[in-house]
Amino acid sequence: MTVDDIREILGAKYIIGEEWKAREVHTACGSDMMSDVLAFMKDQSVLLTGLCNLQVVRTCEMMDIICIVFVRGKLPDEAMTELAKEKGIAILSSGHRMFSACGMLYEKGLRGGQPYRE
Amino acid sequence: MSDTIVMTYEVPADDFTRAGEASSSVKRKLKQMGVDPELIRKVSIAMYEGEINMVIHASGGTIEVIVSPEEIEMILKDQGPGIEDIELAMQAGYSTAPDNIRSLGFGAGMGLPNMKKYTDEMKIDSVHGVGTTVRMKVQL
Repeated sequence: MTVDDIREILGAKYIIGEEWKAREVHTACGSDMMSDVLAFMKDQSVLLTGLCNLQVVRTCEMMDIICIVFVRGKLPDEAMTELAKEKGIAILSSGHRMFSACGMLYEKGLRGGQPYRE
Repeated sequence: MSDTIVMTYEVPADDFTRAGEASSSVKRKLKQMGVDPELIRKVSIAMYEGEINMVIHASGGTIEVIVSPEEIEMILKDQGPGIEDIELAMQAGYSTAPDNIRSLGFGAGMGLPNMKKYTDEMKIDSVHGVGTTVRMKVQL
Protein backbone atom coordinates (compact mmCIF):
# COMPACT_ATOMS: atom_id res chain seq x y z
CA MET A 1 0.00 0.00 0.00
CA THR A 2 1.32 3.48 -0.80
CA VAL A 3 0.89 6.81 1.01
CA ASP A 4 -1.53 7.81 -1.72
CA ASP A 5 -3.57 4.59 -1.27
CA ILE A 6 -3.95 5.57 2.40
CA ARG A 7 -5.13 9.04 1.42
CA GLU A 8 -7.70 7.55 -0.95
CA ILE A 9 -9.00 4.87 1.45
CA LEU A 10 -9.43 7.43 4.25
CA GLY A 11 -10.74 10.22 2.02
CA ALA A 12 -7.92 12.26 3.52
CA LYS A 13 -6.10 15.30 2.20
CA TYR A 14 -2.41 16.09 2.01
CA ILE A 15 -1.20 18.75 4.42
CA ILE A 16 2.35 18.23 3.19
CA GLY A 17 4.28 15.57 1.30
CA GLU A 18 2.22 14.90 -1.83
CA GLU A 19 5.58 14.45 -3.57
CA TRP A 20 6.14 11.33 -1.46
CA LYS A 21 2.79 9.76 -2.38
CA ALA A 22 4.30 6.73 -4.13
CA ARG A 23 6.22 5.60 -1.03
CA GLU A 24 5.36 2.09 0.17
CA VAL A 25 3.87 1.69 3.63
CA HIS A 26 4.31 -1.76 5.24
CA THR A 27 2.75 -1.45 8.69
CA ALA A 28 0.57 0.90 10.74
CA CYS A 29 0.25 2.05 14.32
CA GLY A 30 -2.72 3.89 15.84
CA SER A 31 -2.14 5.68 19.15
CA ASP A 32 -2.34 8.97 21.02
CA MET A 33 0.40 7.86 23.43
CA MET A 34 3.81 8.49 21.91
CA SER A 35 5.62 6.07 24.26
CA ASP A 36 3.39 3.28 22.95
CA VAL A 37 4.40 4.30 19.43
CA LEU A 38 8.06 4.28 20.48
CA ALA A 39 7.68 0.70 21.75
CA PHE A 40 6.88 -0.43 18.21
CA MET A 41 9.82 -0.58 15.81
CA LYS A 42 8.94 -1.37 12.23
CA ASP A 43 10.10 -0.20 8.84
CA GLN A 44 8.12 2.14 6.62
CA SER A 45 5.17 2.68 8.90
CA VAL A 46 2.26 5.07 9.04
CA LEU A 47 1.07 6.55 12.35
CA LEU A 48 -2.60 7.33 12.89
CA THR A 49 -3.16 9.69 15.78
CA GLY A 50 -5.56 12.18 17.30
CA LEU A 51 -2.73 13.88 19.19
CA CYS A 52 -1.54 17.02 17.49
CA ASN A 53 1.72 18.52 18.81
CA LEU A 54 5.35 18.84 17.78
CA GLN A 55 6.38 15.70 19.69
CA VAL A 56 4.22 13.60 17.34
CA VAL A 57 6.50 14.65 14.47
CA ARG A 58 9.63 14.18 16.66
CA THR A 59 8.46 10.67 17.58
CA CYS A 60 7.99 9.83 13.89
CA GLU A 61 11.43 11.23 13.12
CA MET A 62 13.04 8.95 15.73
CA MET A 63 11.06 5.93 14.45
CA ASP A 64 11.65 6.63 10.72
CA ILE A 65 7.86 6.69 10.27
CA ILE A 66 7.12 7.97 6.76
CA CYS A 67 3.54 9.23 7.07
CA ILE A 68 1.30 10.71 9.79
CA VAL A 69 -2.50 10.63 9.52
CA PHE A 70 -4.28 13.04 11.85
CA VAL A 71 -7.76 11.68 12.53
CA ARG A 72 -10.96 13.58 13.46
CA GLY A 73 -9.97 16.37 11.05
CA LYS A 74 -7.09 17.62 13.19
CA LEU A 75 -4.61 19.96 11.55
CA PRO A 76 -0.94 20.46 12.40
CA ASP A 77 0.52 23.92 13.10
CA GLU A 78 3.33 25.50 11.12
CA ALA A 79 6.14 24.30 13.40
CA MET A 80 4.92 20.73 12.88
CA THR A 81 4.66 20.98 9.09
CA GLU A 82 8.09 22.62 8.89
CA LEU A 83 9.71 19.84 10.92
CA ALA A 84 7.90 17.13 8.93
CA LYS A 85 9.04 18.69 5.65
CA GLU A 86 12.63 18.80 6.87
CA LYS A 87 12.47 15.14 7.94
CA GLY A 88 10.61 13.89 4.86
CA ILE A 89 7.41 12.83 6.62
CA ALA A 90 4.10 13.14 4.73
CA ILE A 91 1.12 14.48 6.71
CA LEU A 92 -2.50 13.61 5.93
CA SER A 93 -5.67 14.79 7.65
CA SER A 94 -8.80 12.64 7.70
CA GLY A 95 -12.26 13.38 9.07
CA HIS A 96 -12.67 9.78 10.28
CA ARG A 97 -12.28 8.82 13.92
CA MET A 98 -9.38 6.63 15.03
CA PHE A 99 -11.31 3.35 15.21
CA SER A 100 -12.88 3.78 11.79
CA ALA A 101 -9.68 4.96 10.12
CA CYS A 102 -7.69 1.99 11.49
CA GLY A 103 -10.48 -0.41 10.46
CA MET A 104 -10.64 0.94 6.93
CA LEU A 105 -6.89 0.44 6.43
CA TYR A 106 -6.97 -3.00 8.06
CA GLU A 107 -9.79 -4.04 5.74
CA LYS A 108 -7.59 -3.17 2.78
CA GLY A 109 -4.79 -5.38 4.05
CA LEU A 110 -2.58 -3.08 6.17
CA ARG A 111 -1.43 -4.72 9.41
CA GLY A 112 0.06 -3.61 12.71
CA GLY A 113 2.73 -6.22 13.36
CA GLN A 114 3.01 -8.91 16.01
CA PRO A 115 1.23 -8.82 19.40
CA TYR A 116 3.25 -7.29 22.23
CA ARG A 117 5.55 -9.67 24.08
CA GLU A 118 7.89 -9.03 26.98
CA MET B 1 35.55 5.41 11.96
CA SER B 2 38.56 4.94 14.22
CA ASP B 3 38.41 7.88 16.63
CA THR B 4 36.12 8.41 19.58
CA ILE B 5 33.65 11.25 19.09
CA VAL B 6 32.00 13.02 22.02
CA MET B 7 28.84 15.12 21.65
CA THR B 8 27.46 17.16 24.55
CA TYR B 9 23.99 18.69 24.83
CA GLU B 10 22.14 20.87 27.31
CA VAL B 11 18.49 19.88 27.67
CA PRO B 12 16.48 23.00 28.56
CA ALA B 13 14.09 22.95 31.50
CA ASP B 14 10.31 22.81 31.07
CA ASP B 15 10.40 23.45 27.32
CA PHE B 16 8.33 20.62 25.94
CA THR B 17 8.39 21.90 22.36
CA ARG B 18 12.20 21.76 22.27
CA ALA B 19 12.42 18.28 23.78
CA GLY B 20 13.98 15.95 21.24
CA GLU B 21 16.31 18.45 19.62
CA ALA B 22 19.40 16.77 21.11
CA SER B 23 18.24 13.32 19.98
CA SER B 24 17.49 14.72 16.53
CA SER B 25 21.00 16.16 16.31
CA VAL B 26 22.58 12.85 17.37
CA LYS B 27 20.48 10.96 14.84
CA ARG B 28 21.63 13.30 12.06
CA LYS B 29 25.29 12.98 13.05
CA LEU B 30 25.18 9.17 13.30
CA LYS B 31 23.66 9.10 9.79
CA GLN B 32 26.55 11.23 8.54
CA MET B 33 28.98 8.79 10.17
CA GLY B 34 27.37 5.95 8.23
CA VAL B 35 26.14 3.99 11.27
CA ASP B 36 23.66 1.16 10.50
CA PRO B 37 20.10 2.64 10.30
CA GLU B 38 18.63 0.04 12.67
CA LEU B 39 21.21 0.93 15.33
CA ILE B 40 20.62 4.65 14.75
CA ARG B 41 16.92 4.11 15.37
CA LYS B 42 17.62 2.24 18.63
CA VAL B 43 19.95 4.98 19.88
CA SER B 44 17.54 7.75 18.81
CA ILE B 45 14.51 6.20 20.49
CA ALA B 46 16.34 5.43 23.75
CA MET B 47 17.88 8.90 23.92
CA TYR B 48 14.62 10.63 22.98
CA GLU B 49 12.75 8.84 25.77
CA GLY B 50 15.48 9.88 28.18
CA GLU B 51 15.42 13.46 26.93
CA ILE B 52 11.64 13.64 27.34
CA ASN B 53 12.01 12.26 30.89
CA MET B 54 14.52 15.00 31.73
CA VAL B 55 12.09 17.68 30.57
CA ILE B 56 9.05 16.15 32.30
CA HIS B 57 10.61 15.12 35.60
CA ALA B 58 13.90 16.91 36.15
CA SER B 59 14.00 20.49 34.78
CA GLY B 60 16.38 19.48 32.03
CA GLY B 61 20.00 18.38 32.36
CA THR B 62 22.95 17.37 30.19
CA ILE B 63 23.46 14.54 27.73
CA GLU B 64 26.83 13.23 26.60
CA VAL B 65 27.04 10.83 23.67
CA ILE B 66 30.31 8.99 23.14
CA VAL B 67 30.76 7.19 19.85
CA SER B 68 33.71 4.78 19.74
CA PRO B 69 34.46 2.11 17.15
CA GLU B 70 32.88 -0.51 19.44
CA GLU B 71 29.82 1.19 20.92
CA ILE B 72 27.65 4.25 21.39
CA GLU B 73 27.32 5.35 25.01
CA MET B 74 24.72 7.87 26.19
CA ILE B 75 25.06 9.51 29.61
CA LEU B 76 22.03 11.51 30.74
CA LYS B 77 22.51 13.56 33.91
CA ASP B 78 19.99 15.66 35.75
CA GLN B 79 19.63 17.42 39.08
CA GLY B 80 15.97 16.48 39.40
CA PRO B 81 14.11 14.92 42.32
CA GLY B 82 15.58 11.44 41.72
CA ILE B 83 13.75 8.13 41.28
CA GLU B 84 12.56 6.76 44.60
CA ASP B 85 12.01 3.16 43.54
CA ILE B 86 13.93 2.27 40.37
CA GLU B 87 12.49 -1.26 40.16
CA LEU B 88 8.96 0.13 40.25
CA ALA B 89 9.83 2.85 37.71
CA MET B 90 11.11 0.14 35.33
CA GLN B 91 7.70 -1.60 35.29
CA ALA B 92 5.84 -1.07 32.02
CA GLY B 93 2.84 1.16 32.69
CA TYR B 94 4.10 2.70 35.94
CA SER B 95 4.35 6.48 35.75
CA THR B 96 4.45 9.47 38.06
CA ALA B 97 3.91 11.95 35.21
CA PRO B 98 1.10 14.47 35.82
CA ASP B 99 -2.10 14.52 33.74
CA ASN B 100 -1.00 17.51 31.66
CA ILE B 101 1.96 15.44 30.40
CA ARG B 102 -0.35 12.53 29.57
CA SER B 103 -2.48 14.86 27.48
CA LEU B 104 0.70 15.67 25.50
CA GLY B 105 1.17 11.98 24.61
CA PHE B 106 3.73 10.94 27.23
CA GLY B 107 3.62 9.52 30.75
CA ALA B 108 2.34 6.08 29.72
CA GLY B 109 4.99 4.44 31.89
CA MET B 110 6.83 3.10 28.84
CA GLY B 111 9.84 5.44 28.80
CA LEU B 112 12.30 3.49 30.95
CA PRO B 113 11.15 0.05 29.64
CA ASN B 114 11.63 1.34 26.08
CA MET B 115 15.11 2.67 26.92
CA LYS B 116 16.06 -0.75 28.28
CA LYS B 117 14.50 -2.55 25.33
CA TYR B 118 16.44 -0.61 22.70
CA THR B 119 19.86 -0.65 24.36
CA ASP B 120 22.34 -3.43 25.17
CA GLU B 121 23.15 -2.05 28.60
CA MET B 122 21.38 0.41 30.88
CA LYS B 123 22.33 1.56 34.34
CA ILE B 124 20.46 4.05 36.53
CA ASP B 125 22.06 5.84 39.47
CA SER B 126 19.60 7.97 41.35
CA VAL B 127 19.71 9.76 44.68
CA HIS B 128 16.47 11.12 46.08
CA GLY B 129 16.62 14.91 46.09
CA VAL B 130 19.98 15.04 44.28
CA GLY B 131 19.45 13.77 40.75
CA THR B 132 19.63 10.89 38.32
CA THR B 133 22.26 9.60 35.91
CA VAL B 134 21.24 7.12 33.23
CA ARG B 135 23.96 5.35 31.24
CA MET B 136 22.99 3.43 28.14
CA LYS B 137 25.14 1.54 25.64
CA VAL B 138 24.43 0.21 22.18
CA GLN B 139 27.06 -2.09 20.63
CA LEU B 140 28.14 -1.30 17.09
